[in-house]
Amino acid sequence: MSVLVDSKTRLICQGFTGKQGTFHSEQCLNYGTNLVGGVTPGKGGGKHLNLPVFNTVKEAVNQTQANATMIYVPPAFAADSIIEASEAGIEIIVCITEGIPTFDMLKVKSIINSNRSILIGPNCPGIITPGECKIGIMPGSIHLPGKIGIVSRSGTLTYEAVNQTTSNKLGQSTCIGIGGDPIKGLNFIECLDFFENDPDTHGIILVGEIGGSDEEEAADYIKERITKPVASYIAGMTAPEGKRMGHAGAIISKTSGKAIDKINALRKAGAVIANSPAEIGDAIMLAMNNA
Amino acid sequence: MNLHEYQAKELLRKYEIQTPYGKVAETLSEVNALAKDIKNPVVLKAQIHAGGRGKSGGVKVVKSKEEALEFSSKLLGKNLVTYQNQPSGQPVRKILFEETENIINELYFSILIDREKEKVCLVVSSAGGMEIEEISKKSPDLILKEFCNPITGLMDYQTRGLANSLKFSADLAGKFNKFAKSAYKLFTENNLSLLEINPLVINDANDFIALDCKISIDDNALYKQKKLSELRDWSQDDSKEAEAHHAGLNYIALNGDIGCMVNGAGLAMATMDLIKHSGGSPANFLDVGGGASAETVSKAFRILLSHKNVKVVLVNIFGGIMRCDVIAEGIINSAKDVGVSIPIVVRLEGTNVDDGKKLLKESKLNIHSADNLNDAAKIAVTYAKDQK
Repeated sequence: MSVLVDSKTRLICQGFTGKQGTFHSEQCLNYGTNLVGGVTPGKGGGKHLNLPVFNTVKEAVNQTQANATMIYVPPAFAADSIIEASEAGIEIIVCITEGIPTFDMLKVKSIINSNRSILIGPNCPGIITPGECKIGIMPGSIHLPGKIGIVSRSGTLTYEAVNQTTSNKLGQSTCIGIGGDPIKGLNFIECLDFFENDPDTHGIILVGEIGGSDEEEAADYIKERITKPVASYIAGMTAPEGKRMGHAGAIISKTSGKAIDKINALRKAGAVIANSPAEIGDAIMLAMNNA
Repeated sequence: MNLHEYQAKELLRKYEIQTPYGKVAETLSEVNALAKDIKNPVVLKAQIHAGGRGKSGGVKVVKSKEEALEFSSKLLGKNLVTYQNQPSGQPVRKILFEETENIINELYFSILIDREKEKVCLVVSSAGGMEIEEISKKSPDLILKEFCNPITGLMDYQTRGLANSLKFSADLAGKFNKFAKSAYKLFTENNLSLLEINPLVINDANDFIALDCKISIDDNALYKQKKLSELRDWSQDDSKEAEAHHAGLNYIALNGDIGCMVNGAGLAMATMDLIKHSGGSPANFLDVGGGASAETVSKAFRILLSHKNVKVVLVNIFGGIMRCDVIAEGIINSAKDVGVSIPIVVRLEGTNVDDGKKLLKESKLNIHSADNLNDAAKIAVTYAKDQK
C-alpha cells in the first residue's frame, strides 16, 4: 500500500500537448506511470505520445476512466482547469502551475471543497509513490521504494530529503509536494493523517518554510494524533521580515511565519529537527531509532 | 507590488470612497504653487513605500507657504528612513498635500486574505490610528473580523453585524455598509492582497473618510492588472532586486559576504541558513528556478558580482531532471563570459553528478567543487574569512 497514488492510478495530463506537458508526460511514462491520455482544448480526437487527446476532461474521464490528472496549463487558465477536473469527478488533481492569482485559488477551494476531489498544489512538484507512480516534475531516478512518507512545501528541498533517505536506504513510501502558495489543496495535517494510516509508512519527514502557521498547526496535530516517528526541517531561519522569499506563501509578517516558532512547536511535539538541510536523512534515522 | 498613498487614494475615489482633498508635488516650484494660498492648515506627507512616516518626520501639518517649502526642501529627493525601511531608507520623489478633516472618530479598517480560513477577511477596530499589531497586543478584544466567501462576497448581515458591534447610528450603519461594500469590490476587482485604511475617520458631516491608505497587489495577478502594474515605482526597491526582477530572477539583498545562487526557493533559503549555521553570512537570496539554464546563471552571476560585499559565490544546484553535466557547463561558460574573479564554490547533486564535478575540476577556473552540502558551506565560509 501507499498514499493516494499507486500503479493502478489512471492519469491524464491537462495541457498535454504544450511544451511542459509533453516533456513531463514523457518523463512520467518512462517512469512507468499509467498515463492514459491528455486534454488540450481544440486538439481532441488526435494522438500525442501515442495516447488519445481529448477536448474536455469529462470526455477523457468517460473514455479512459481516468481518476487522476496533472495540470501544466498557464496561470491564467489554471483555476478553470482545476475546477473542470473536479466537476468531471477526478479524485486526485495535481496542479504544477506556478503563479495562479490568490483570489482565483480562493474560488477554486470553495468549489472543490464540496466535491470529493483532492487537490495537490498548485506551485508544487507533484506526488510520487516510488516504483509505482510519478505524477509531476520530480526526478524519478533519485527515489527508492521504502518506508518514509515525505511532505514538503518546497520542491528542491523535497529532492534533498528524498536523496538523503535513498542514500541511507530507508527509501520512500510516498512523497507529496504540497506547494509554496498561501492558498493550496492538501496541507500538512491531511498528509500526516494519510501517512499515519498507511501501513507501508514507518516514519514521516515534514519539510516546511517561513510564512503562515501551517507548521504550528501540524505540530499540534503530531502531538495529538501521530504515533509514527517524525523528523522535520524548516527553511528560512535567516529570512528577513516582510520579504517574499520566492514562493508566494513564504513571507514573515509581524505576527506570524517565523522559522524559529515553527521549529520550537515541532520540537515540542516530539519531532526530531534537522538543523541543516544536509541532515534531514540523519534526523529521520534518529527519529526511527528513538521510536 | 505596493502603491504609494496618493495612488491608493486615487483608486479609492474611483470606487466612491471619500478621501481628503489632495494634490501631489514633485518639485519645489510645484510645492510653491500648491502652497501659495494656504489659508487653513494643510497636511504634507512624504510618499514612500514604508510605514512609520509620522514618527520619522515624513508627515507635517503646515500653516504657511514658508513652512511647506521648508518641509519639502528637507525631504524631496532625499531618502526618508523609518523603522520599517532602515538602515538606508527610501527616496521621497513626491509630496502629498491634503486638506485637514474635522475628526469625530477614528477607526482601523483593512481587507486581506486569511490563509487559514481561505476566505477574504475584513478587519475593523475602534482603536483607529494605532498599528494593527499594536492593537492586537494591547486590546485584542477591540478587533472585529468578518470572513467572506469569495463566491458570495461581503453580505449585508456582515456589515450590519460590524456596525452593531461598533454602536453606529442607523445613518452611520447605512453609510458603513456602502463604504465596506465599495472597499470589498475594490479589493476583489483589483486583485489586492492588502487594503488597509488606517485611520478611517468619521468627520463632522458624519461621513467615512480614508485618511491614510496602504494597498498591495497580488503579484500573481499583475498580468490582469496592467494599469495598476504601470504605477509601480521601482525607486522604492533595492536596485539589484529591481534588476533581478526584470531578468526574471527571484533575488533579495542581505547584508553578508557570501553570494548564493540556488535552484528552488526552499533550497535557496536553506542554503542561506546553512551558511549562517556554518559561521558565515549570506549576501542574498537568489532562486534561479528549476531549470538553471546557462542564460539565467549568467544573469545571476552579473547581479551577484555587482554586490560589492560579495567575496565568494556559493552555487547550490540540485539537478533534478536537468543533468548535472549540462548545468556544470552552464556554470563554467557563464563564469568565463561574465569574468568572475572571486572564488566560486559549487555543490551539484542529481543525475550525472560525477561528470558535472569532473567538468568543474577541469575548467581551470577559480571553481571549487564540493562533495556535499555541508562541505560547500564550510569551504565558502573559509574563503570569505580568508579574504577579510
